[in-house]
Amino acid sequence: MSETATTPAASRPAATPPAGPSYTGVDTSRQPVWRGLLRWEAALVVVLIAVLVFGSVESDTFLSSTTFFFTGLNMGEIAIMALPLLLIVMIGEIDLSVASMLGLAGAVMGTLYEHGTPIALAMLAALVVGAAGGSLMGLLVARTGLPSIAVTIGGLTLFRGIAEIILPNPTAKTFPTGLANLGVLPIPGTQLAWSAGCFIVLAIVTAIVLHATPLGRSLIAIGLQPEAAEFSGIRVKRITFWLYVLSGVVCAFAGILFTLKNSSASYGAGSGLELTVVAIVLFGGVSIFGGRGTVLGVVLSVLIVGALQQALTQIQVPAEVQNIITGALLLISVVVPNAADTVSRLRARARRTSAEPARA
Amino acid sequence: MTRFRGTGRRLPAVIGVAVVATVLAACSSGGGSSSSSSASGSTVKKNLTVYYIPKDTQNPYEVLADKGGQTALQELGGKVVVSSGTADTAAAQIPSIQAAIQAHAAAIVVAGNDPSALCPSLQQAQAAGVKVVAFDSDVTCPNHLFINQADTKEIGTSEVDLLVKQMGTDSGEIAILSAAASATNQNAWIAAMKEQIKAKYPNLKLDTIVYGNDDPATSLTVLQGLLSAYPNLKGIISPTTVGISTAAQYFSTHKDVAKRITLTGLGLPSQMKSYVKDGTVKGFELWNPSDLGYLAGYAAANLASGTTALKDGATFKAGKLGSYTIKGDSGAFSVVLGPPTVFDKSNIDQFNF
Repeated sequence: MSETATTPAASRPAATPPAGPSYTGVDTSRQPVWRGLLRWEAALVVVLIAVLVFGSVESDTFLSSTTFFFTGLNMGEIAIMALPLLLIVMIGEIDLSVASMLGLAGAVMGTLYEHGTPIALAMLAALVVGAAGGSLMGLLVARTGLPSIAVTIGGLTLFRGIAEIILPNPTAKTFPTGLANLGVLPIPGTQLAWSAGCFIVLAIVTAIVLHATPLGRSLIAIGLQPEAAEFSGIRVKRITFWLYVLSGVVCAFAGILFTLKNSSASYGAGSGLELTVVAIVLFGGVSIFGGRGTVLGVVLSVLIVGALQQALTQIQVPAEVQNIITGALLLISVVVPNAADTVSRLRARARRTSAEPARA
Repeated sequence: MTRFRGTGRRLPAVIGVAVVATVLAACSSGGGSSSSSSASGSTVKKNLTVYYIPKDTQNPYEVLADKGGQTALQELGGKVVVSSGTADTAAAQIPSIQAAIQAHAAAIVVAGNDPSALCPSLQQAQAAGVKVVAFDSDVTCPNHLFINQADTKEIGTSEVDLLVKQMGTDSGEIAILSAAASATNQNAWIAAMKEQIKAKYPNLKLDTIVYGNDDPATSLTVLQGLLSAYPNLKGIISPTTVGISTAAQYFSTHKDVAKRITLTGLGLPSQMKSYVKDGTVKGFELWNPSDLGYLAGYAAANLASGTTALKDGATFKAGKLGSYTIKGDSGAFSVVLGPPTVFDKSNIDQFNF
């Protein structure tokens, strides 16, 4: 018995984890997760360079600081909303209420300000509303275990409806000049839009949390194997709840920026943006199944989508075609990495069946 | 084993890049635009590029207006670029404004999805020397010219008068099926309608206003909601071509509703012809949207060339439409196209827009 046991052990490398896909379908057995990620981010860099080359060839005004400023201006709030969504998708959930919370927070701030509340209090109220909305989502997903896609679609409609009741018509009162210039002027000394600057700061914080703290590791663990994470002492429910609260607050902050950028609040602000945010997160290499993703990927994805939009609009590609391109990007970002996993899973299975006869 | 892994991971990246590159290549089109020179004179400059930014690229009314603009600029030796989003939001129009700035366009002709959200971007355009003209739906930004299709008050009052005349009575419940809740033009006309009801028809009750966002599916949903929530409704005004055509289509397949409720509003003769002919709709109003775009084009070209200015009393020639005078003060300047026309059985055949 021991002879037959040692022979297969000698023919296999020591301490190999069992081959095959994990519970979530992501095959992490063969190599460290980060090596697989780096390939997707490398591809994103190539795509970004391709977009920049394409833009500069087709349009002679593309490579300019104005384009850079406009990209930051257009993508700033979307990018900010993508960061908490990255964390939520990391643990295997989703949040489709992000853009509606942006609209609701903007509506709250706008209504209060128009009725005389000082702007600082109005902004604080918007953030509180964000926390409240996020808590509701978090409660329903974490405590009662309802599927996050259903809960947050409900949130999407609910927040938009409340915004419409609070603010049926767009606000007309002008915001204080310094704040109203958010939509017109870049950060002094640079060509960076204010919302893009906020995004960079938040991205650095998110990257540190996700990649360099135990909390970040526990998010990855929850995404890959929620049950194992639970049993190893990670408070999955508590983390889920607070991630949704974070999403609510960050989206409310994005709503504040969005309203100031447009110099007016309207209940429809940001409608439809949730799909762009999800597309950006998934295109950034974050696995829809959870447990895989980097902040770098999301940053590159934001840059690609923003630059592509600028390039296509400058060369007068119609909006309908641009929608098709965004849709195609989303499909590619979901199909391609999982196609690779399926292919390698089939190969692993083929390898295992050919190694079977060696067992006694 | 490692080699398998490598190709397995590298392959998707290569595929992804190849697909994106192919998509980009397939969608690329020639760009290029020309800019206007700095000297001004008494004639309109040639080779002007004017960016038309409608509410969205699908709205049939605005498509006609854009075509009118193209005719105008062609007559002047310039060209029009139509650019906008597919959703009726201000955020969808901002990239187009930015593209106009980048292309050093002579002027922007915009139909605002929101009265003030576009102002920061339009301000940037004006700072870059691009003239701003608004049409169909105004914006609240300073120093632009608004091409009003008809006098705002007159649109509101004539719509209510027309509905009352068609209903045959001035008492009862009515409702309004509008477009986007933030659309400046809709809200201005609705305000005028409310005033007219208060002033002239005290027995007429405006139950509610529902918003179809100029989307046929949404318009149908809110219309059905309206009909079930207010069973005693006698009349509906829909001051948007998408709303009235959706409602007319619904009425023509639900004859019982059509008998009970009178429908009118602002519609395109081409879309409404069959409904007027079979009696579903007695009549509706509009003006020629192509003329609106044509006038906007001439106004934009004249402003960009310096042959007219944003001053009360300034005039300019608008090709086949004749001469127009700019009216206004302190930043709010406008030009009115003309009075609305009522289309009914007697004259609808004469128009094919």
